[in-house]
Amino acid sequence: MRFNYLIILFFIILLSISCTENDNNSSSDNYNRSSLLSNVVDNIIIPAHQNFDNELDLFESAINSFDQERTLSNLEMMQVQFIESYKAWQHIEMFNIGYAEQIFYASKMNIYPANITRISENINAENVDLDGNSNQFSAQGFPAIDYLLFGIAENNTQILDVYTSDNNSTFTYLNLLIGKMVENTDLVINYWETNRKNFINSTGNTSSSSLNMLANDFVYYYEKGLRANKIGIPAGVWSGELPQNVEAYYKSDISKMLAIEALQASADFFNGIHFGDSQTNGEGLYDYLAYLDDTNYSDSSMFVGLQDDIVDSFDNSRVKLNQLNDNFALQIETDNMKMLEAYDAIQQGVVRLKTNMLSILGISVDYYDADGD
Amino acid sequence: MTNKLFEYFKKESLPYPLALYRIGFGILIMFSLARFALNGWIESLYIEPDFHFSYYGFSWVKPLGVYTYLIFLICFTSALFVTLGYKYRYSIVILFLSFTYIELMDKTTYLNHYYLLSCISFLMIFLPCARYFSVDKQENVKIPQWTIDSLKLLIVIVYIYAGLAKINSDWLISAQPLKIWLRAKYTIPFIGETLLQKDFSYYLFSWGGMIYDCVIPFLLLYKRTRYFAFFMVIAFHIMTRVLFPPIGMFPYIMIFSCIIFFDNGLHKKILDFIRTIFRLKITNNEKFNSNPKSYMRNKLVIPILSVFFVFQIIFPLRNNFYHGELLWTEQGYRFSWRVMLIEKAGYTTFKIVDNKNKNFQVVDNMDFLTPFQIKQMSFQPDMILEYAHFLGDTFKKRGFNDVSVFADSYVTLNGRPSKRFIDHKVDLYKQKNDLKHKTWIIPIKDDIKSLL
Repeated sequence: MRFNYLIILFFIILLSISCTENDNNSSSDNYNRSSLLSNVVDNIIIPAHQNFDNELDLFESAINSFDQERTLSNLEMMQVQFIESYKAWQHIEMFNIGYAEQIFYASKMNIYPANITRISENINAENVDLDGNSNQFSAQGFPAIDYLLFGIAENNTQILDVYTSDNNSTFTYLNLLIGKMVENTDLVINYWETNRKNFINSTGNTSSSSLNMLANDFVYYYEKGLRANKIGIPAGVWSGELPQNVEAYYKSDISKMLAIEALQASADFFNGIHFGDSQTNGEGLYDYLAYLDDTNYSDSSMFVGLQDDIVDSFDNSRVKLNQLNDNFALQIETDNMKMLEAYDAIQQGVVRLKTNMLSILGISVDYYDADGD
Repeated sequence: MTNKLFEYFKKESLPYPLALYRIGFGILIMFSLARFALNGWIESLYIEPDFHFSYYGFSWVKPLGVYTYLIFLICFTSALFVTLGYKYRYSIVILFLSFTYIELMDKTTYLNHYYLLSCISFLMIFLPCARYFSVDKQENVKIPQWTIDSLKLLIVIVYIYAGLAKINSDWLISAQPLKIWLRAKYTIPFIGETLLQKDFSYYLFSWGGMIYDCVIPFLLLYKRTRYFAFFMVIAFHIMTRVLFPPIGMFPYIMIFSCIIFFDNGLHKKILDFIRTIFRLKITNNEKFNSNPKSYMRNKLVIPILSVFFVFQIIFPLRNNFYHGELLWTEQGYRFSWRVMLIEKAGYTTFKIVDNKNKNFQVVDNMDFLTPFQIKQMSFQPDMILEYAHFLGDTFKKRGFNDVSVFADSYVTLNGRPSKRFIDHKVDLYKQKNDLKHKTWIIPIKDDIKSLL
């Protein structure tokens, strides 16, 4: 009988231990996860967001200047600054975490193709709710502005006409859009700056801990944002060819530049390279995998070097993307095979990131819940 | 020899062990089902998905939309009746059928411990579990010793096969997949950042797990080591629960089942304990009559159970009839007690080709499957084939002519770099979905040595 009580006691102790697995663990461990997280947050995420914020401010100024004087050269200034902002955006789209995730920031900034019908409706409407309605994602953000600055008429002279001869409703909408983008960006930056400590300290291995969210979001972005949206969908991998679905369709000749920028942003994140300082290489997923590689695979029959294979995928993807026309829509219409080759190269990276990397890191793809044995 | 066998079958024992097992088993099933329902899994696993993967020969077993809840209710109720020992014969049969039906509805959710519960409930149909401490009025009669021993035999088989399955080069020489899994458990208190990050501990856990599985049945069977063995059982299974929460109810089922190895005295004590804490007024004069003929009357029971146990011993070995590396191709992997043996993940997409006009389309799996189904399908060839057939049929309905289905599939096993898994030039739509060896699985180049 006494033994039975001992068993029950033992049971209770162990069960209580099983219930205390927690996530806020700031002590250092064998791989310094918090140093990876702090490099990513302080040297990549926050600087990239601040850079984007600056470009967006310059864009907003250009729009204000245009408002004051509706000239061709002010129109061109807006267009130039649009491109610079879009380029800077490529470095932050993958961080769909925290506040950004809550307000569907990425969806409000870059869902394409733009919905022209809805944009026209909005221009003529009294009040538009761009915050709470998911139907409005494709009528705001960069794709909508792409249309308003490049697609609304045949050439710059005619575009300028639209802004000088209508009842100013088109410009009002443009102004509304940039206002929203600035507003949302400010809130997202505020989130990162006030939450950075919590984020860096969340070094656990649950679906809500920082590294898991970063890794999952990165993989999701690489698979969907980069591979599918920029290349796969327009090139017709899942359906017929859809050249009108390329990014920046109306500007038309920056789709390649944006894709290469996005690829570079992905590679830099993976490597831990400081934003804006390509010479400084900090802790990134590359280093985490390299650490595991060193310690796991002393047995030579097992694989060594996933992190280098992933970098190879990035390099191959870059080569293939460089062979494309600046204008992806044109590339699709003239020689789609090259788009598909770029797709295949990027796909190879997806497989390595989504299956191998997540498997070795012990991070589960985050969107289901069930038992497993 | 047959004389000795005959004598053995005539041996008798008291009904306490089976009564306790019946009660505990019923409670475990009720608890499992309640947990399952409360996690919302009936909805997310059986009602939400549009497509379900079926077992060979059992494609007629499907979820019934909202009536799936009814199946769970029936199962729960029968488990309740089993616990109470109310109309035991009927309720255990219904429990077995309903629980197994639930299991057969979708291959995606295959788990070794669900299979175990089906096996145990099948076995219990033929065991006199309701002779004591049950609602069904029973005469006080002894039960044959072999009925208790049959449960022990099943547990022994499970442990031994689980242990022998761990005798392979990935598990013992490379300490995989534990190296990957344990290293990722750095948030476990005390040992997470220390023990679990050390190389030697991966070998300790791998070898320890294998030795535990192989040796524990014998320690349980031998009286002198029994208490120590039971302590090890609790420690081992609680540890698996702490380290691997997705293991669900398995640890509790095994811990409880090991009580069956103890003698009548302990079982009586536990039943008395239950009697006192629930203040039950069941009285029994505890005098049991001998009845050596009772289980001989039904001539079918022993033959049926003999077939059952021969099956339990032979079925886990069927992978030897297939070419290729079992851990890679998984032909004969299920139903063989290979519990938490490999870390495998895959990435599999499908291209549907219309051979008449040369159109093709790559399928977004999210259009047809849940993320969990996609995960499971990605590295299991039988599911890949079934899904390929489904896709072919679906696109035929959409107007594709002369359909072909090709799989672009990459799989990683125990940390290896992902390699192409399926021959992407083979039209899976034309491949038969049968039990024959699947020639279109690309063999793994590594040589993994295993005992079984």
